Amino acid sequence: MKRFNYTPYLQVAPLAFVFGAFLVIPILTIVVVSFWDYDFARIIPDFVLTNYAELLGSPVTLRTYLNTLRYAAIVWVCTLAIGFTIAYFLAFHVQSTTWQTACFLICTVPFLTSNIIRMISWIPFLGRNGLLNSALMGLGVVNQPLEFLLFSDFAVVLAFVHLYTLFMIVPIFNSMMRIDRALLEAAYDAGASGWQVLVNVILPLCKPGIAIGSIFVVTLVMGDFITVRFMSGGQSASVGLMMANAISLLQYPAAAANAVILLIVVLLMVAAMMRVVDIRKEL
Amino acid sequence: MGKDKMTGKPRGMNRRSVLKGAAAGIGLAAGSGAITGFPTIWAQNIKNVTLRQFGTGVSNLNAIAEKCKADTGITLQMTALDSDAVAQRAVTQPKSFDIADIEYWICKKVFPAGVMQPMDTSKIKNVDKIVPLFLNGKLKPDSVIAQGTAPHSVGFVEGKDSTKFAKSQTQWMTMIPTIYNADTLGIRPDLVGRPITNWKDIMDPKFKGKASILNIPSIGIMDAAMICESMGEVKYGDKGNMTKAEIDKTIAVMTAAKKAGQFRAFWKTFDESVNLMASGEVIIQSMWSPAVTAVKSKGIQCVYQPLAEGYRAWGGGLGIAKHLTGLELDAAYEYINWYLSGWVGAYLNRQGYYSAVLDTAKQHMSADEWAFWMEGKPAKTDILSPEGKLLEKAGAVRDGGAFEDRMGKVACWNAVMDEDRYMVQKWNEFIAA
Repeated sequence: MKRFNYTPYLQVAPLAFVFGAFLVIPILTIVVVSFWDYDFARIIPDFVLTNYAELLGSPVTLRTYLNTLRYAAIVWVCTLAIGFTIAYFLAFHVQSTTWQTACFLICTVPFLTSNIIRMISWIPFLGRNGLLNSALMGLGVVNQPLEFLLFSDFAVVLAFVHLYTLFMIVPIFNSMMRIDRALLEAAYDAGASGWQVLVNVILPLCKPGIAIGSIFVVTLVMGDFITVRFMSGGQSASVGLMMANAISLLQYPAAAANAVILLIVVLLMVAAMMRVVDIRKEL
Repeated sequence: MGKDKMTGKPRGMNRRSVLKGAAAGIGLAAGSGAITGFPTIWAQNIKNVTLRQFGTGVSNLNAIAEKCKADTGITLQMTALDSDAVAQRAVTQPKSFDIADIEYWICKKVFPAGVMQPMDTSKIKNVDKIVPLFLNGKLKPDSVIAQGTAPHSVGFVEGKDSTKFAKSQTQWMTMIPTIYNADTLGIRPDLVGRPITNWKDIMDPKFKGKASILNIPSIGIMDAAMICESMGEVKYGDKGNMTKAEIDKTIAVMTAAKKAGQFRAFWKTFDESVNLMASGEVIIQSMWSPAVTAVKSKGIQCVYQPLAEGYRAWGGGLGIAKHLTGLELDAAYEYINWYLSGWVGAYLNRQGYYSAVLDTAKQHMSADEWAFWMEGKPAKTDILSPEGKLLEKAGAVRDGGAFEDRMGKVACWNAVMDEDRYMVQKWNEFIAA
């Protein structure tokens, strides 16, 4: 009889331990706490459904989720369009590998600073008396400062796109670099136009990269609170901000319940993306 | 005695007062059997005591910690948090602090949780010189007690181990008042283009997209109530303890204004309010007094506008953690006595706040400074901040005038309501609307 082989279990143990200790246990804790009760200063071990009832029963929750989803959708479209274009340029127009590497590094330069700094630097730029408004008024393009530039949905989306486009560029660029150039040659030889090659050859082969980038962008936007708070001037809500508010009032169970709901929503969104694109095929 | 201390050589006098404090401590500790020998070590030890103080940013000032170290030898470790975080930490991690520097409305939440110990006023030297506002709620004998969580109503407990607030003055004080002020709206006089006289002026359609209020629920709701009352939209029984219906009506008025685009932003931190005002994003908003000073020090006009309906006041104090005993407890009393002895009071008064014991603070201020900050008289010389920066040129008058005119016109104190949880929920709906 064959002896039981421990080796694969030992090999998988470190990763299983890391996942268990730093992912599974914390999430289980959140789920457990979401059923606890609380008052202003304490969280009380219990099994109550009031956290979920209050959350799901409030019209504010639905509105906030819809608002967050709206941000995610707009940011996704913008980052995809910009990210795909930049990746395409890097992968197919820049011919020398040296220049490709150099340009790619330039894309990452802003990421040497903290994302809070990158976000906040928009505030003096977009303000009523900011650089952009001063320039526009100086050029005579507008008579009055444009108010919508700062503390608005526009400002929130702008900051998100600025912060997260790189997460789209990297996986798409990676996918593009793996495309066999012979396929493109073959398509051109068979009489395809540049556009047809893009739509029928490159785009389908980039799907895994797009999917990975989309997962990054969507999950980041869905969980964000600081960008929404600063760029909307505290006027807009996001799910993350709701949780941050609850935590700042020590309403951890309410925040935990919200976290569980958000986790479910985001997992469903990721699952839907995985249904559309088989990521593993290309990895 | 107190006067000698002020005018004498600071080092010698302070060492003496430390020794005296230590001696009192030894007596107490020896009496209670806490120590068994070598009492002379105490005088050395008190210099090595480190007290961990946490509180809101307003009074956690490094200059105070440095001066305290120089005068008493006690090391203060200060942590600044926002109001909500302070309340939570006090309750959930009562061993993480020795001194709580909190506001009275936070005290109302925190003290009943049994994480602090009342102070024996017989050990506080200047207790009878504390402004009566904190003892019986009245600035002058004929004053009317303001709405909200008035400090005197949570200033005393019934006994040494009690957590029940006393109706009147007792020997056991929950907190020693340190710093307080009357808040109102800040305006940019160069940009508003009309006189501002009432709280309701913030809702003037002329200021559409240029107004702001603060987004700290327990304080923001008070500003909102002052506004709604001034507009005549809502009548309140007690703004500091609203009914659910009053909260609903207040939030409805504010939400309508928000949807109409009246507000440019909501601020949560001091710096945000300064930036909003200095950049011209906002020209009328809820503000705190040092924020007005900060805007002015950038060379931008800003007025802390007195309004007909009066001020929304707040007050903070120092409380001692339950777990402090022996040497550390003595050091805490020593620190609090030092706090009230004048130097800090003068420092705070020069920032535009008020200190709890005015007599001692006066001795540390020049006659001109006192006249400007406390009596509302035109400055004879340039008025400098505690750090020596120019605040006001000679001839300037303080916004709102004299101490009695400002603290005498308090309409409401920052408060905790019975319907606190409901209010916070509604406030969040307003912010998300």
